[in-house]
Amino acid sequence: MSHDINIKHITRVEGHGNIVLNIREGRIEELRLEIVESPRFFEVMLIGRNILEAPPITSRICGICAISHTAASIKACEDALGIIPSENVVLLRKILLHAELLQSHILHLYLLVAPDLFGAGSVIPLAASNPDIVKRGLRLKKAANDICRVLVGRHIHPIGMVVGGFTKAPARKDLDEVRRILESMIPDMEETVSFFEEHRMPEFNRPTKYCSIREENEYALYNGLLYSKDNPLLEVQRYKEFITENVVAYSTAKHVRSGDSPIMVGALARLNNNYSNISDMAKNAAQRLGLAVSCTNPFMNNIAQVVECVHSVYDSLNILDVLDANLSSAPFNSDGKGGLPAIEPHEGTGVGVVEAPRGSLYHEYGIDDKGIIRSANCIIPTAQNLLNIEKDIEAIVPAILDLPKEAIERRLEMLVRAYDPCISCSTHFLEVKFIE
Amino acid sequence: MKPKIGVFSFSSCEGCQLQILNLEEELTTLLGFIEIVNFREAIDEKREDYDIAFIEGSITRESDIEELKHIREKAKILVAFGACADLGGINALKNLHPQDSWLPAVYGRRDLFSDTMLTKRVKDIVPIDFTIPGCPIDKGEFLRFVQSLLLGVQPRLPDYPVCVECRSKGNVCLVEEGKWCLGSVTRAGCGAICPTFRDPCAGCRGLTSAPNIESLCNILTEKGYSKEEIKNKFNIFNGLEVINI
Repeated sequence: MSHDINIKHITRVEGHGNIVLNIREGRIEELRLEIVESPRFFEVMLIGRNILEAPPITSRICGICAISHTAASIKACEDALGIIPSENVVLLRKILLHAELLQSHILHLYLLVAPDLFGAGSVIPLAASNPDIVKRGLRLKKAANDICRVLVGRHIHPIGMVVGGFTKAPARKDLDEVRRILESMIPDMEETVSFFEEHRMPEFNRPTKYCSIREENEYALYNGLLYSKDNPLLEVQRYKEFITENVVAYSTAKHVRSGDSPIMVGALARLNNNYSNISDMAKNAAQRLGLAVSCTNPFMNNIAQVVECVHSVYDSLNILDVLDANLSSAPFNSDGKGGLPAIEPHEGTGVGVVEAPRGSLYHEYGIDDKGIIRSANCIIPTAQNLLNIEKDIEAIVPAILDLPKEAIERRLEMLVRAYDPCISCSTHFLEVKFIE
Repeated sequence: MKPKIGVFSFSSCEGCQLQILNLEEELTTLLGFIEIVNFREAIDEKREDYDIAFIEGSITRESDIEELKHIREKAKILVAFGACADLGGINALKNLHPQDSWLPAVYGRRDLFSDTMLTKRVKDIVPIDFTIPGCPIDKGEFLRFVQSLLLGVQPRLPDYPVCVECRSKGNVCLVEEGKWCLGSVTRAGCGAICPTFRDPCAGCRGLTSAPNIESLCNILTEKGYSKEEIKNKFNIFNGLEVINI
């Protein structure tokens, strides 16, 4: 049997990508996941600019994970400048990472994945056939966005989230509103778990190297050491010993490996690595959804996202309790008196790593003694997953080869979509092409 | 008949089209009045019978030019959607660097992906009918724009500066506090959202039609900002505008 599968511009993913798959006599002759999004050259844009401008500029790498980019950038700046953020600032950043994870996972699960579960081409026919599901998704997404609106003006390109803290510290009434929003999400989150309980993911297993940050006493999103099973824990500054980037000719994104192995980052990788630290409510959801770690089925990344959403709601509420108690006793921003710290640049480099919704996100800047950026590097989660997605496609194709071409295309798109690729981000991504 | 809408994305963070999906409360109502026929981020369908094309992103590749011209041919109304399409925006920052330095800085070699060029605005390639400014676009402004078109009213953008909205909110002036802020020369319509969070306006909505750049530069110079620093603030979003500082 010979197929030329050519899916040009995979839909319902963020950004532009193609899958090229050429099968002859039941063997894969050619397989490429092409990133055709135009490269944007952020590493160039930053050179010659004041390091304090890096967070608002790099936020513009991605509209869907702008808070993660801002946070990773701020951490790299603070590392380079020797600034230690106050506890309150760190707590508020953690709530914002949770809010972004929630809006991103919910957008993916309800607007992009749910149509697949009903065989609908998009959320628009789904909204006509199953309005309650779509409305629930939109309510949850709005709630997550509202948390960002209260704290940093909006989700896309957060305002006032800067080196050393926040230009406008939250008032008690802001925290009360965030608490009210989080509590309002609980019944819909419960329904979300029940909804995905009814929909089983395709069976397919291919073990790989799961990479994330890890912290001893916390489900790591903001702080942690670089971790994958059988690897020693590494400080983030040593990330080049943990992962390597290679340029691939057919893609404007790069391929990432750890050692010789392709890697997977994101919700499933984080759960595989850090399950013991997730909240009890989230563990309960994982059991109901049939997710047992270590899980090697990439389709289960969707389910891992549901589990993380549950965790993010409850963990945000816990963080709010601490922040509430701190607000009157501890100064908010990082200069010891509640204000933003003075910047005293010196030549050096800084690295910032956070867990964005799709996985580990790295920013590194080199600065001169005036605080001017002389070198910059950003490694994006989707770029880290690309090689692994190719390996998954290679492994799954023989099992689905006898299906009609449209069914093969659909399954491959579902597989790619399970990774929730964010292509505009990784250009530094996808189309399935069948060749006949 | 419902007007048919296409949303197209060139070089951008895709945040502006995401703002459409962020209309959580209004989205289902909106779909009662318009038909989305092409929107790769959200739907499988890819039709070419759109009346209104929203163009997100700047034009940074030769291949984008043909695609944009094709969309212009098909669309009755073409809208520059967001700062990247309107102004070049953040994407234009790379134009400040020699073109032969771009590939080596990101990929470590220069023999790859040669299909890249100086960043251009949508209006540099094809005539545009309307602009929805901002980084990102304001959801309310997008809704008002669609409403105007449905009612057959010409959509209008404010031509007064962000300062007007900022003062009406009772904010303390950031420039008076010694911070750089481009609110006095930047087109309003955002509700002065950044200065309301005590973060200076970076000019993402573009300049008003008669901006008093000289006066702002004089004040910022008095506050201790160098020409170079002032220039750098303007070029975050307005790098393709001719601004004399």
